[in-house]
Amino acid sequence: MVSHKEISQPLISAHDIDVDIGSKKILDGAHLDINTGEIVTLIGPNGAGKTTLVKVILGLLTPGHGVVKRKSGLRIGYVPQQFTIDPLIPLNVNRLMTLTVKATRAAVQQALATTGVSHLIDQSVSSLSGGEQQRVLLARALLREPDLLILDEPVQGVDFSGQVALYQLISDIRQQRGCAILMISHDLHIVMAQSDRVICLNAHVCCEGHPQEVGNNPEYIKMFGNKAAQTLGLYAHHHDHNHD
Amino acid sequence: MPTTMITIMIDDFLIRAIVAGLGIAAVAGPLGCFVVWRRMAYFGDTMAHSGLLGVAIGLFFSVNLVLGVFVACMAVAFLLVFLQRARGLATDTLLGILAHSALSLGLVVISFMPSVRVDLMGYLFGDILAVSMMDIFLIYSVAALSLLCLGFIWNQLLALTVHAHLAAAEGIPTKTLHIVFMLLIAGLIAAAMKIVGILLITSLLIIPAAAARPFARSPERMAVIAALIGALAVMMGLLVSLQLDTPSGPSIVVAAAILFGFSMIFSAVRRPGSV
Repeated sequence: MVSHKEISQPLISAHDIDVDIGSKKILDGAHLDINTGEIVTLIGPNGAGKTTLVKVILGLLTPGHGVVKRKSGLRIGYVPQQFTIDPLIPLNVNRLMTLTVKATRAAVQQALATTGVSHLIDQSVSSLSGGEQQRVLLARALLREPDLLILDEPVQGVDFSGQVALYQLISDIRQQRGCAILMISHDLHIVMAQSDRVICLNAHVCCEGHPQEVGNNPEYIKMFGNKAAQTLGLYAHHHDHNHD
Repeated sequence: MPTTMITIMIDDFLIRAIVAGLGIAAVAGPLGCFVVWRRMAYFGDTMAHSGLLGVAIGLFFSVNLVLGVFVACMAVAFLLVFLQRARGLATDTLLGILAHSALSLGLVVISFMPSVRVDLMGYLFGDILAVSMMDIFLIYSVAALSLLCLGFIWNQLLALTVHAHLAAAEGIPTKTLHIVFMLLIAGLIAAAMKIVGILLITSLLIIPAAAARPFARSPERMAVIAALIGALAVMMGLLVSLQLDTPSGPSIVVAAAILFGFSMIFSAVRRPGSV
């Protein structure tokens, strides 16, 4: 009975989160629950507080009001937005991977293989392309064997075909490892079809649900316009077709 | 018997200055790498400028000047962090205000003490004649303690340098590390005052580290190479200083700048087009 309760308990549960910066309300009563093994995508316009909410969840920012509950022993793997390394720091991939965790070279190699970049282990980090860098950072997060992966704009700086491949990889990771994934994205049309749940944020949660439900939600259409909603519909159809 | 031998050997002011300078270079190399990586050159410079205020306060209250410099540097560092939080002005503006206000305040306070003879040039630009055995003991104590501390926090500080938010999310105590880092810089400034002078100490942090970059393929190697380049600059600078009767601090900095020039040429020759 108790063990059943533990399984159904969300990994992270944040409620009534307020964050003010100066006189501006960045988050106003936002909430977010993430359950074991689900892919949740957080969308919203620029300045909607998406990254701020992630910082609250990670414990980097103490909200002015609200509670964040983490499941005890929760391991989080985090891939931040805009990771740029100063070329003055001579750092190779192996070293980047083991900055905050101890791991053997074999373990690092294995994590890199999961994301298809094991050949980069001795490369200098500043010489990586956008796509390579995101795969290395994803592998780095996986090295911590997380229960929850948090990816802030994971396809930024990656070309289109690379983006599709990266999303496929993220979906595969969930399938293989069963870890939950929280993604932040601007890319409405690709991401949403692979998500179990989409949360539309604009200081507070405007609407949430299955990707198609959100796509038809008047709040969502009001925020992103008709065209975005149509794009979403098209992609969802395309996705169904692929599976046939 | 060996102790007297060492005393005789070291009983020459040039050798004392070189020994002291090598102790400084050993710490300035690794610490300077972090200053360069974290883009804190002007932050270090501001702390160093406030060193003169420390000298003034030390003279005024008749406390140890090295301690005075250390305390003044830390006070200004904390004041800067506090002013940054207030979000009024850009950091470079705040640094400019603090650096020059602290330096000027120091000069003004010193001018109020006509009875105290102060070798201002010596404090500002270094004075090799002034290095005593006590100074060497102090420098090597600070150096040993600093290197031990830096070695202990090395990986965490590196994680913070690579990506502060990522490090914090992975449980690295970033605020504590930042304070420890400031303490290390303040300690170095205080210890290096007599050799390079407070106005030039930042160059011993930055120039060897920048010169080391083309030769380094790992952070640790860059730190060691920076220390070696710093040591070479100290020896070259002090020999020239004695020969030509130039102030020791500027001579060391010029030597370091020449070594940096060679490093630039090396990296340009090795990889044409990409400097």
